[in-house]
Amino acid sequence: MAVAGIAPEPLLKVRELDKHFGPVQALYHVDLDLPSGKVTALCGDNGAGKSVLTKCIAGVYQADHGQVFWEGHPVHIHAARDASRLGIETVYQDLALCDNLDIVQNMFLGRERLRNRLLDEDNMERAAAETLAGLRVTTVKSIRQPVASLSGGQRQSIAVAKAVMWNSKLVIMDEPTAALGVVQTRNVLDLIKTLRDKGLAVMVISHNLNDVFEVADRIAVMYLGRLVVQDDAANFDRQSVVDYMTTGGSSRGGGRAKES
Amino acid sequence: MAEPKRAEVSGDASDLTAVADVVAEVPPEVVAQSLGEYVRGYAARIRAGESGVLPVIVAMLAIIVVFGALSPVYLSAGNIVNLFQQSAVIMVLAMAEGFALVLGEIDLSVGFVGACGAAITVQLIQPATTNWPWPLAIVAGLIFCLIFGMVQGLLITQLRLPSFIVTLAGYLIANGVFLKILLFGPFSGYPNLIGQTDNLHFIYYLMWANIDPVVSWIGAAVVVAALGAFIWLGDSRRRKSGLVAPPASLTLIKIGVIAAVAIVVVAICNLNRGVLIVQEGVPWVIPIVLAVLAAWTVLLQRTKYGRYVYAIGGNPEASRRAGINLSLIRTTGFMLCSFTAGVGMILYASYLNGMSNNVQGGQYVLYAVAAAVIGGTSLMGGRGKPLHGVLGGLVIGAIYNGMYLLGLSFEWQYIVTGLVLLAAIIIDAVSRRGSGSGSVTRI
Repeated sequence: MAVAGIAPEPLLKVRELDKHFGPVQALYHVDLDLPSGKVTALCGDNGAGKSVLTKCIAGVYQADHGQVFWEGHPVHIHAARDASRLGIETVYQDLALCDNLDIVQNMFLGRERLRNRLLDEDNMERAAAETLAGLRVTTVKSIRQPVASLSGGQRQSIAVAKAVMWNSKLVIMDEPTAALGVVQTRNVLDLIKTLRDKGLAVMVISHNLNDVFEVADRIAVMYLGRLVVQDDAANFDRQSVVDYMTTGGSSRGGGRAKES
Repeated sequence: MAEPKRAEVSGDASDLTAVADVVAEVPPEVVAQSLGEYVRGYAARIRAGESGVLPVIVAMLAIIVVFGALSPVYLSAGNIVNLFQQSAVIMVLAMAEGFALVLGEIDLSVGFVGACGAAITVQLIQPATTNWPWPLAIVAGLIFCLIFGMVQGLLITQLRLPSFIVTLAGYLIANGVFLKILLFGPFSGYPNLIGQTDNLHFIYYLMWANIDPVVSWIGAAVVVAALGAFIWLGDSRRRKSGLVAPPASLTLIKIGVIAAVAIVVVAICNLNRGVLIVQEGVPWVIPIVLAVLAAWTVLLQRTKYGRYVYAIGGNPEASRRAGINLSLIRTTGFMLCSFTAGVGMILYASYLNGMSNNVQGGQYVLYAVAAAVIGGTSLMGGRGKPLHGVLGGLVIGAIYNGMYLLGLSFEWQYIVTGLVLLAAIIIDAVSRRGSGSGSVTRI
């Protein structure tokens, strides 16, 4: 289906991915492209297979069949560590932040910088401040405040900053705006656009079509374990995305269905 | 489309409360540019229940005023030094328990595991039997503690058993082993430090020997100067490079408080408190406790290991995803807990002039937990410092000492300590309710 020769090689290519849990076929021949410098929204109803697909890419699950290409080369992602070595970082819905630690401590958790075998707090604080400034995360009062004192949007921003701090090339975000208010949602969407403008590939899993159409360059829709369509966001409208999500097809024609 | 909208509205409402909370929960030293701002920030935190070590300081002052008024000897130099010596064991055991508590676990075995280590040390230096040199005997006792802690830690991490039950079993086992160790040698049941060898003297001196008054002053001056320079240089470097740092006036106040405490303690200890002979100078046990405090503070606050201990206590799942080896950190945490307990109970052997089957290892565990919590360590994991154990130990020691002087029976001592512990845990629970943090999910 990919039109060879026109688009540059996407950062991540998933081909014919299958995954089943016992008798349940969770993914069926899934093809997905995630190009750099683009935000790809992954939509689908509950149980469509979005999370399983994400976890296969992030190394949490192993696919049964199929191939993953990273910058054009076939790769095998067996563990989360393999994924982060390639430059794939996932921000799950629970964000995985330690409430009792401050922002700097959370951003460097597991990768602390040392000097004379002691923590080099000054160095880490400077680097964390730079990253946050680069992402234009400016709403936090101080980067030495504990994460427990942050709002939901700020926590989301910190989790994203933590993910992109390590020269990652692909950031996967699971429902980043699900629990947020209007202002905070705006901040997180702006952050996603900043990541795209920096040339990262971003995949956003979302139910919220307002957010999807606001931020996504490309839209991919899953239905019952199949990836039924992926195309530029401009080729969809709200109704066609809802049709794909609920029936696996659309009579309105928006987007190129995989089967076509 | 109605669903997402409703979610947004409720999200907004929680944002507003979150904004109100932020002021209270951010430590004032983080945002304050001036001393005035700092004081206002601290006041806001206290109103929200996030009070740090303030309650324990207030409690300490209240105890001193009450007992000082009721008993004329309470504030005498002799009694204050005695109070330090009595509290030292609880302080060290509370610092031991701190490792387990910050990890979000509990260790009920510290009292008797430490007692086993101390009994081994006391037995090995007996001139009539093994007559080991004291350093080897201490190392042997502490190695026993490390191994005991390692076995408990492995059972907890590898078989995923609850630490409460594993260390309860450890408590009973160590109690039995302790009584067995006492039976060896000539003083069956009561190995002691009475005798004329340097080995015996050394262990006895840990608690009872004094540093010469002049040396005490010099030592205190050196420690305060070094610590003060370290704090001042660190803070001013951070201020200059635009990092988060407290205002200069606050740094000076901090150093001033440390210096004042040192001067008061040394001045009291240097008064002659002897009745028949001259007794003056800082008892060795004070620098020993401070050394444990310094070592564990550096380990927990300034090393990768310490950072992981707090991370696991705060959110084990996040720590696991960050690539932290949870089993390793937890197991070594229990080892350090048992090791520190060994140090504490060796001090206790020195205090008692030996070891006997009267040692209440079970009760000391409860004091250790109580002291840590009274000092400000959370039972929910992720929050606590070695300093909390020292302050809490001092509070418990001060209550005991005062009630003993007033001639109140031990029944009342239990009741009052219980009430103080209840007050401490209520403060912990209230401050936690405000912050809404503290995941104790086990992986």
